[in-house]
Amino acid sequence: MALINYASREINVKIVYYGPGLSGKTTNIKYIYEKLSPDLKGQLVSVATEQERTLFFDFLPIDLGNVRGFKTRFHLYTVPGQVFYNASRKLILKGVDGIVFVADSQIERMDENIESFENMLENLETYGLKIEDIPYVIQYNKRDLPNAAPIEDLQRNLNKDGVPYYEAVATIGKGVFETLKEIAKMVIRHLSSKAPT
Amino acid sequence: MSEYKYIEESFKKVETILKKLKETSNSNAVLLIDKAGQLITSIGDISGLDIVSFATLSAADFGATSQLAELIGEKNFSSLYHQGEKNSLFISLVANRVILAVLFDSKTTLGLVKVRTKHASQELEHVLDELFEKLKVTPPKEVFDKSFLKEAEEELDKLFGP
Repeated sequence: MALINYASREINVKIVYYGPGLSGKTTNIKYIYEKLSPDLKGQLVSVATEQERTLFFDFLPIDLGNVRGFKTRFHLYTVPGQVFYNASRKLILKGVDGIVFVADSQIERMDENIESFENMLENLETYGLKIEDIPYVIQYNKRDLPNAAPIEDLQRNLNKDGVPYYEAVATIGKGVFETLKEIAKMVIRHLSSKAPT
Repeated sequence: MSEYKYIEESFKKVETILKKLKETSNSNAVLLIDKAGQLITSIGDISGLDIVSFATLSAADFGATSQLAELIGEKNFSSLYHQGEKNSLFISLVANRVILAVLFDSKTTLGLVKVRTKHASQELEHVLDELFEKLKVTPPKEVFDKSFLKEAEEELDKLFGP
């Protein structure tokens, strides 16, 4: 749940990039970090192994500026995708406001995508959360690869809820900001929808 | 803003406790962080410190250690101590809700920091319980109304293009 600090008039929203190992979650965050102007972003923190595989998480804060007198900030996190890091993944999901599921489009990675999605549902459940209650989008990454599965196949296997999805090539930034913008809007809308009218 | 008056009052009490902790423990800075890794407030010299990253990593540190605790049959480790060459860090959990981090150097000792932190934690727990009780009776005015939504969407369009 978004943290509202009434005293310092700040709102912090947590968005988590989830998905199987090597699907491009860190690549998304790194691209955002490289392209955003310095006044809008904080430090990119990576807790990674020597081989640059995410060990715990990557973290990037983005400032949206003042919205109705509240300094509004998006905190972007990635989880480590490798199967054996589940304890870390679970921790990162704590307090999540929105999720980007980054799927690897390669046909031979379909099972890993499905497994990771199911693992996400299980981890959310440990916090008493259901995916229906959390805004999320899907990003089909690596669309440029020759062995990329057709979108219809990916959709059928991964997008049973019919949420917004984006085709991406995160290494060159294709689809990266579109994905981020959509999830940011969905989270704000979700928070507003819970407000009494 | 009068509608947040009672929150501001509690907040001032919290800051007073943190200030006292910093002074009596002779530490350099005290930070209060929520369990999801977001800074609530800080006292002391934090110039040159990336506090957003600091808050995130402290919470992650605490979260990871709690899991370690469970693995050895403990419910939680109530505090963590990281010793550096010059600067050290003492982290503890308050009221099972928030993380209290104390940054200190050789001007003081771990023992003193521990004792003072324990006192401060008890005081904080009292203030936080009081605040949460009040929040139940009088929830704060909703921030995320229609006009917030509209303005936030405009900012996002400005930032990432329409």
